[in-house]
Amino acid sequence: MATHSLQDMRQQAAIAAKVFIQRDYTNGTVCQFQTKFPSELETRIDKQQFEETVRTLNNLYAEAEKLGGSSYLEGCLACLTAYTIFLCMETHYEKVLKKIAKFIQEQNDKIYAPRGLLLTDPIERGLRVVSFRKQCDSH
Amino acid sequence: MYLGLDEPVRECQYNQICTRNSLPMETLGHKKKKIPRRKWQVFPGRNRFYCNGRVMMARQTGVFYLTLVLIMVTSGLFFAFDCPFLASNLTPAIPVIGGVLFFFVLGMLFRASFSDPGVLPRATPDEAADLERQIGAANGPSGPGYRPPPRTREVVINGQTVKLKYCFTCKIFRPPRASHCSLCDNCVERFDHHCPWVGNCVGKRNYRFFYLFILSLSFLTVFIFAFVITHVILRSNRTGFLSALKDSPASVLEVLVCFFSVWSIVGLSGFHTYLISSNQTTNEDIKGLWSNKRAKDNYNPYSYGNIMTNCCAALCGPLPPSLIDRRGFIQSDTTQPVSHSNGSSMYASTQLHTHMAAATPLLHSNSVMIGGGGPPFPGKSSLVVPCASLAPSQPSLPSMPGLSCAGDMLTLRDPDTHCHHHHFASPEETPSPSGPMPLTLPCAAHMTHGGHIHPAQLYDPASQDSLHEDSVRGLVKLSSV
Repeated sequence: MATHSLQDMRQQAAIAAKVFIQRDYTNGTVCQFQTKFPSELETRIDKQQFEETVRTLNNLYAEAEKLGGSSYLEGCLACLTAYTIFLCMETHYEKVLKKIAKFIQEQNDKIYAPRGLLLTDPIERGLRVVSFRKQCDSH
Repeated sequence: MYLGLDEPVRECQYNQICTRNSLPMETLGHKKKKIPRRKWQVFPGRNRFYCNGRVMMARQTGVFYLTLVLIMVTSGLFFAFDCPFLASNLTPAIPVIGGVLFFFVLGMLFRASFSDPGVLPRATPDEAADLERQIGAANGPSGPGYRPPPRTREVVINGQTVKLKYCFTCKIFRPPRASHCSLCDNCVERFDHHCPWVGNCVGKRNYRFFYLFILSLSFLTVFIFAFVITHVILRSNRTGFLSALKDSPASVLEVLVCFFSVWSIVGLSGFHTYLISSNQTTNEDIKGLWSNKRAKDNYNPYSYGNIMTNCCAALCGPLPPSLIDRRGFIQSDTTQPVSHSNGSSMYASTQLHTHMAAATPLLHSNSVMIGGGGPPFPGKSSLVVPCASLAPSQPSLPSMPGLSCAGDMLTLRDPDTHCHHHHFASPEETPSPSGPMPLTLPCAAHMTHGGHIHPAQLYDPASQDSLHEDSVRGLVKLSSV
């Protein structure tokens, strides 16, 4: 039916406007994203660039969730002060999230915006996906 | 009214015809003066928020208050009746230590109860559509009205195969160890259990507070128990047992409460200590997911190998931030998932009406409010179901699903390039996707005439246009009288 095909076309157009990179759980519950290059971006950016971006993001998130001396120290200190210390200072995780936001901004300005793509910060999507939004060139 | 009709009769008739549009117009004007809403006000889960979104709890909080009362009353009696004797006869360190323990217990309790346990925000309509598309491609074509089998994905984590389940309510594939709490209607990361005593779910973000709460509470309970008994014994050495009890009747109550609490709380602390050292959740332990009884080479893929690392990771590891940003303001250009909480019906239909009204020559609302948090739309409103899913079939869906579609589609970042469309279905028709054909309405920017949407009826665009013409004719007739 005419209505249905129009519907489908619009559906396709709406969906194809965003490309989602899902989480990669092979290392457990750590926040990592899949580095598999999606086919919808083939025409826009090259594989290397994409993989580098996602890998850097993965490394940054791994740094945020890293277990080590400094994070244990922060945890113990926080516990001793009944977690009131976080009223004054940011958690390590939050600091890294700011770094990530800056990184994404940089990537958008330098690499993706000139190619008509917009990378959204995963934290806005609940750390579920990294989404690339295609900006159409017609306007 | 809008056309300057003053006679009451005409106003009534005018209202009758374009009730659906006039009401949003009024509320639209009213809405402009409202302050922007915060995200917690449109949160889709069954949570309660206090202090303007700073405090987040489950819906049923009665047992939490019981917990609070028990702790405060018992401790209060201890400090009031037993401590003076103990401080003077033994050492003043007793009330001090008791006080420190008491405040620590309360602090941990509040932290566990009031913080976000690690709720996963629901998928935006785009993501849900993308996932549906992927799943549909994987499953193959299915007829309308056919409910696809439960969706799972398998992933290998550290050598163990773990199944990721698709959550129909949140429209995401749950990360490993996440689970959907039916009481709070949220997916929670590293879901441990829903604790009624704490009035909240226990998940990734508040597990350590919960553990510290029960640990310190067991110390406090044992402390109070021990020293109340000491107090009674010391007194009965001087004055005899019965008169000692008469002198401090509160001690009896305290002993009773502590005696019954000790078993459960100390037991629970021990259990959770075991869980932490083996890096399991209550959920996993109850299901026996990683036990050797299931399969010979079954092991916990999340464990770090040794007890110390597991403990440190659970208690002193980095605290992830909340993913739901409950105090953030609703931006006009962000997508908002479905909200049916707090009885507020969604804004989307309102926006759609205003959108179409902007295109309709008769109604002169020029500004279109886009985005979340609109006023409740009265009665049965037109609903928008997610564009991609014409088969919303899970029973857990509330009666007003998928209003997010319009909210997202109306984010006109690229108005000229995207032509969004919306499906409409009345609440009754939503569960049966094989019912009447959904209405498609092209984006207002591309429309020459908006249509009226009758909530209970679905039209195809052709008859919808004629309906609009009829109503226009009707209005013209009225104005000419």
